[in-house]
Amino acid sequence: MTVKVCMGNEAIALGALAAGVSVAAGYPGTPSTEIIETLAHVHRPGVSVQWSVNEKAALEVAAGAAYAGARSLCTMKQVGLNVASDPLMSLSYIGVKGGMVIAVADDPGPWSSQTEQDTRGFAKHANLPVFDPSSPEEAYLMVQTAYEFSEKYSLPVFMRPTTRVCHASADVDLAEPAEIKAADGFERRPEWCIFPALSYRRHGELEVKQYEMARDFDSMPYNRIEGKGRKGVAVSGVSYLYAKEAVSELGADVLLYKVGTPYPLPEKTTKDFLASVDSVLVIEELDPVVEEQLLIEASGKVPVLGKRSGDMPKNGEYSFEIVKDALIKYLGLPQPEKEADALPQLPVRPPVLCAGCPHRASFYAAKVAAKGFKKAVYCGDIGCYTLGNAAPLNMVDTCLCMGAGITLAQGIALADRDAKCLAFIGDSTFFHTGIPGVINAVYQGTDITVIVLDNHTTAMTGHQPHPGTGKHADGSEAPALDIETLLKACGVKHVSTVDPFDFPETVKAIREAAEFPGASAVIAKAPCIAQIKKPAAVRFVNDGCIKCGRCVAEIGCPAITPDSTGRAVIDAPLCTDCGLCSYVCPVSAIERGERNVK
Amino acid sequence: MSNSIVIAGVGGQGTLLASKILAAAAGARGLFVRTSETIGMAQRGGCVSSHLRIDAKELSPIIPEHHADILLAFEPAEAVRMLPKMKASAGCVVNTDSVIPTNVALGKGVYLKKDYLDLLRNRFPAAVFIEGARTALAAGDIRTLNVVILGAASGAGILPFSAEEILSAMKTCVKPKLLAMNEKAFELGLAAPGVRW
Ligand SMILES: Cc1ncc(C[n+]2csc(CCOP(=O)(O)OP(=O)(O)O)c2C)c(N)n1
Ligand code: SF4
Repeated sequence: MTVKVCMGNEAIALGALAAGVSVAAGYPGTPSTEIIETLAHVHRPGVSVQWSVNEKAALEVAAGAAYAGARSLCTMKQVGLNVASDPLMSLSYIGVKGGMVIAVADDPGPWSSQTEQDTRGFAKHANLPVFDPSSPEEAYLMVQTAYEFSEKYSLPVFMRPTTRVCHASADVDLAEPAEIKAADGFERRPEWCIFPALSYRRHGELEVKQYEMARDFDSMPYNRIEGKGRKGVAVSGVSYLYAKEAVSELGADVLLYKVGTPYPLPEKTTKDFLASVDSVLVIEELDPVVEEQLLIEASGKVPVLGKRSGDMPKNGEYSFEIVKDALIKYLGLPQPEKEADALPQLPVRPPVLCAGCPHRASFYAAKVAAKGFKKAVYCGDIGCYTLGNAAPLNMVDTCLCMGAGITLAQGIALADRDAKCLAFIGDSTFFHTGIPGVINAVYQGTDITVIVLDNHTTAMTGHQPHPGTGKHADGSEAPALDIETLLKACGVKHVSTVDPFDFPETVKAIREAAEFPGASAVIAKAPCIAQIKKPAAVRFVNDGCIKCGRCVAEIGCPAITPDSTGRAVIDAPLCTDCGLCSYVCPVSAIERGERNVK
Repeated sequence: MSNSIVIAGVGGQGTLLASKILAAAAGARGLFVRTSETIGMAQRGGCVSSHLRIDAKELSPIIPEHHADILLAFEPAEAVRMLPKMKASAGCVVNTDSVIPTNVALGKGVYLKKDYLDLLRNRFPAAVFIEGARTALAAGDIRTLNVVILGAASGAGILPFSAEEILSAMKTCVKPKLLAMNEKAFELGLAAPGVRW
């Protein structure tokens, strides 16, 4: 055993290695990304690790490996499971042979997600068991148990950490990784093919397994009752630690039911708990998954308080303060006086595109190109480029889910004949779910312009490779798919590739594409500046500055701020010499110079 | 004795590495450490903070209000944002270089640098204020700001670790080819003259 400070996602990856995992596939998404990154970094011989093209592909790859008897891991963020839900629902009927863990990270808050959906509810919907770690050290052990459990029931098993487990670190006692479980190889059997008759039978078997699993969960250390008294508190996930600290500070007597498997709830432990208390407060983020099961089990005999009773917030992330206040109210303790801390007004700090981001140049070019149009609609998508919505660019009119921009644009174009619809999509998103939308536009003959923002990486989630980058997850060489070739192969008749920092060319290319009747595309190709070395040159503002404020007001680059007199100042350490501001300055007062390091 | 440290800054300033180094130092001492990081969208210039709780097995990974013993602030406004977390007796190091949000540059919202620094000095008379960017650039790269601040905190005597412990933790967390520059940044931070506020 060695003790290491591990981030929750790292602990999950190392736990999977300790269990002998040999195939891991995922698609990046905060807060799940570091699981695959850790596996790629550890680079254990005999373990295949991949960034798949999307979550559906990742889940199917992992399922195939488990069909052949390997232990497999599949990772994604919560909304990724929406993309993977089609194979998931059938897989719960078909099952697996080797152990399969689906690690899906939820994001209460949400901090970096479109939704606050709850994967525990999804697990219940799919009739699959779910482990819910409260800390990195618990996650490490849980994954290993999850593999055994998966093989015992021949079912894929969910591991559902949340942001505060994924991105928290703690000391973890690491065991030596187990031998990689040799896969038996794929054996042909009729049950690998889903058909209505098989589905009927398997659905019945799956329902029976729910009860067996609930009984099995009774013996797991992740589910336990602590403390004393007749005031019950049930907690799931990281709220366990909030509750522990709050209970200890309050010096209160509560009977704490720590739930490590929120679906299905352990059978006997739940019954014992309900029999030992006069009431229950349920503390769980996101949906009332434990609460609803406790309500059913208590069947009116024991009051169960929580979200439904209005005692706990239904949305947002929980905190020590929220949990402590709820406990004080629940236990009837005196509410302490809270003195409000009067702070001076603070600036809000929405995230912004980096100084020198090529997306800023592309958006600004599109804005200039669209000036002559009667009406332009900018359909955005998901990635760093979503940040193009902020002032002063204001270039994202819609954003729904990955890949939706291209197809939303088509619907808008059909219903609003005056609108020129431009759909912006990142390169990783293009591969993820963008391509079918392009084909649809070509097939239907809908007049839209797709602008692929090709920065050669999956930037928002921390710069993972994708099929266009020529790199695998572990950094080894891969075939690089060419986006222009793909667009042409999809039947797009007008495709051009530009360097977005060549501003006049980009404006021209976008205008021509938009004027082309039917589906057209422009690929704006320049690497993400966070991925390249800063050049030796920078831009600076010379004495010709007329303090008009145009550079700040037009492009919103974080490296440019006006000084107290209104003169623009460029922060040299931030500047990347992209030169976009020089195109904007009406009096050519922005020049190129040496980066002054001293 | 548990110790809670909050590191606050703006996405891109490198708070994460500072947190990693302190966690490694705690680990080397054999103390149980729990940390929590801001990773995600906020890393593109939003508010980020790291929370470290040392000797804290049964504690929340996020530092509750009025529970933080130490504040390492990479930016004045972000220091003020963390005030509700701080104990009255907390030790503080504050970098005085502002990061002005784009929306403020566009005339939306305020940035009251003097008010922020005055308030910090009044609340924490022993707080150390440094000009971190200048020191980091002197070490060779603005990205060493995180280590400069660790150095200043070490020099101010507010960390639960010695300078040697931090330096040896750095060896495990910093890329070998950047180590020498970071060691220099630490030394410069350690010796950085506090600026008056
Ligand atoms: C279904 C789904 N999976 C994953 C994510 C997480 N995610 C957000 S943006 C993004 C990738 C963006 O990459 P790219 O399109 O290349 O744009 P960039 O960030 O590089 O500008 C991912 C994977 C998500 N929001 N939805
Ligand atoms: S990380 Fe790259 S893509 Fe994202 S905002 Fe910065 S430069 Fe742009």
